[in-house]
Amino acid sequence: MRYMPSPWAIIIFIAFVVAVFAISYYFARKTRSSEGYFAAGGNIHWSVNGIAFAGDYLSAASFLGICGLIAVAGYDGFLYSIGYLAGWIVALFVVAEPMKRLGKFTFADALDSKFRSRGIRLIAAISTLIVSMFYLIPQMVGAGSLVTPLLGLPHWAGVLMVGSIVIIIVATAGMASTTYVQFIKGALLVFFSLILVIAILARGFSTSPDQGGQTDYHDFKTIEAVYAEDGQLAIESGSYQLIKQWEPEPGLVLAKLQDNSGFGSIWKYNEEKEVLEETLTVTQTAEGQTLYNGGTADEELFYQVGHMSRIEGREDVETGPVGMFSFFSTIKESTVIRWEKEVIDDAGDSITVYYQDPTPGREVLRPGLVFKVDSDRGATATDKIDFASLMLALFFGTAALPHILIRYYTVPTPACARKSTIVAIAVIGFFYILTLFIGLGAMTGGVVDITNNNMSAPLLARSFGIALFAIISAIAFATVLGTVSGLIVASSGAVAHDLMDRFMNIKMTDRRKVLSGKIAAIAVGSIAMVLGVIFKGMNVSYLVGWAFAIAASANLPAILMILFWKRTTAKGVIASVLVGLLSSVTLILLSQKTFNEVYHLSHLHAPVQINNPAILSVPLSFLTLVIVSLLTKKIDLADDETVLEKAAD
Amino acid sequence: MAKDPAGKWDKDESIPYKIKLGMWMFLAYCVVYGGFIIINLADPKLMGIDIGSLNLAIVYGFALIILALIMALVYNFLASRMEKKYRDKEKQEKVVGQ
Repeated sequence: MRYMPSPWAIIIFIAFVVAVFAISYYFARKTRSSEGYFAAGGNIHWSVNGIAFAGDYLSAASFLGICGLIAVAGYDGFLYSIGYLAGWIVALFVVAEPMKRLGKFTFADALDSKFRSRGIRLIAAISTLIVSMFYLIPQMVGAGSLVTPLLGLPHWAGVLMVGSIVIIIVATAGMASTTYVQFIKGALLVFFSLILVIAILARGFSTSPDQGGQTDYHDFKTIEAVYAEDGQLAIESGSYQLIKQWEPEPGLVLAKLQDNSGFGSIWKYNEEKEVLEETLTVTQTAEGQTLYNGGTADEELFYQVGHMSRIEGREDVETGPVGMFSFFSTIKESTVIRWEKEVIDDAGDSITVYYQDPTPGREVLRPGLVFKVDSDRGATATDKIDFASLMLALFFGTAALPHILIRYYTVPTPACARKSTIVAIAVIGFFYILTLFIGLGAMTGGVVDITNNNMSAPLLARSFGIALFAIISAIAFATVLGTVSGLIVASSGAVAHDLMDRFMNIKMTDRRKVLSGKIAAIAVGSIAMVLGVIFKGMNVSYLVGWAFAIAASANLPAILMILFWKRTTAKGVIASVLVGLLSSVTLILLSQKTFNEVYHLSHLHAPVQINNPAILSVPLSFLTLVIVSLLTKKIDLADDETVLEKAAD
Repeated sequence: MAKDPAGKWDKDESIPYKIKLGMWMFLAYCVVYGGFIIINLADPKLMGIDIGSLNLAIVYGFALIILALIMALVYNFLASRMEKKYRDKEKQEKVVGQ
């Protein structure tokens, strides 16, 4: 659909960027040492660091992706919120304090604290760069996707703009400016999400949502029709003529009708009510033109969707304000109109048809609409393994993400690392609870752009007025800036500290090390910009899930075992990270989802049927570490204590 | 200490206690989180049963988030208390030594 750029969104975003540059300029004068550049001098207050954690962690995938997924699939989107938050338990109870105690700039410091192995440095740096790249691409593509509807600029301009701003932030003052950018972004995101949720509850529900009076509710037309035993449709309408019909899958009958002016449209047969129902269509014509409901984007024939056809059994209802609990109980007792998708071919034109799928509110509020888990509804063993694997990756991935781990070095003591993690859990947990309200509010508020559900949260904000829309849109940009900054600092540390200093043993003064870090930040930022342009149009939400799976497989077994298993050896750690990396990336590249979404080879049977590799690659990485460590014990084991036991001595 | 890169904190005798406490609390949370996954896999319909005006899926999901915060606060309270205990003990030993 077509979006009108908001001048206020542009003004607020520019104000944010000016503030960010002022912060960077202020800290640039103070950041001369490598400790200042890579770890903000280690003197950030734990409460600031905790909120900066939230700013670092709550990426565009969290804010836009989760709200968008909930808006179209209900509770299944909230599973991500649960998994992403639960991962912080691993960070707090297992990783936070030891990381701070054993490291200096990067998580490789902690991995390498016992062995002083160049191999560990190399493999940890490679792992950091791979995980960061998997995480960076969706952020950059997200920046490009946001800039088109919100600021009216082309995709590449968004990527270039975000990339350039982030490079300036990181290259001027490294972790210090990054921390305060993330702090401001985290605080703004949570505060204005709360405002949005209060507005949702105050508005309540309606069976004909009109975006607070801004837009007329689109009343979906129906035409009486009969489906004969011979499979032929017959319509009872003087205004329309049946042209063609399709049955792309059993039970789904689509029809092309033509009105008296000759305008064609696609309808879906509702067997129960014996009517044809209006659909939304996006047509790629054989000539390469894209039509929305048969018209060009400028004709604005496409409309936003998402409503409840019945609220607590009644039609034509407006509830008025609802409470936190009655918000859910109302949805539970109502019927939500969701939208399913089917692609058909019409004389060389590829038509994506979005048709109504009335879904009981009870089903919207429990898992199963995206992740198949119920055997009675056809869930296979593979579906179930996939679900478990995703939940495992989210749980174990967080505490192994390099850009999260480096934030432990910005506080003065291990106790501060612990306290900042608790602040992070409070802020992030609160935000994730809000995502369920925002997503369901969009789902039932008539604001969803069915072709781009990532825009659900900003579009919901727009239904409450241009001010909230402008702020939420500007925060969405800030979200990308905050996360990308953290990823680039992590990558810069991996290159300058782990690879150049510790692995290659390049003798550098402190100032040269900072300079190397800055050059690395510019290089990584530039690569990320190029990839952001190349990957345009790809469904990038998978990449974040994969980044978690790769981090969980490559990094977490090594981190845990080096902390708690005294027989761990350097070779065991290297083998574990390597096997974790290779197995997770290979399983991803050979999965059916990659075949379908990345290679566009959905007609082929992929060698790997599960889409999330964690359930195989995490145990494999653990097993590798144990076996290799036992085999190489005599060579590497210098003493018989874990690094933590030594730290207590 | 094995390594003290930043050299900004003293030895910490409460580490073994905190490791043990962290591991137990981590395992306890794993059980609750694992329970959520197992219910979804073994009996997904159970997630739809009513609990007051909500259902089990929402109550369990919110509980996992709120439990994380409660356990985090408990962990911090116990860890801080132990750190203080060792600090006080150390101070006392210094006073006695003088």
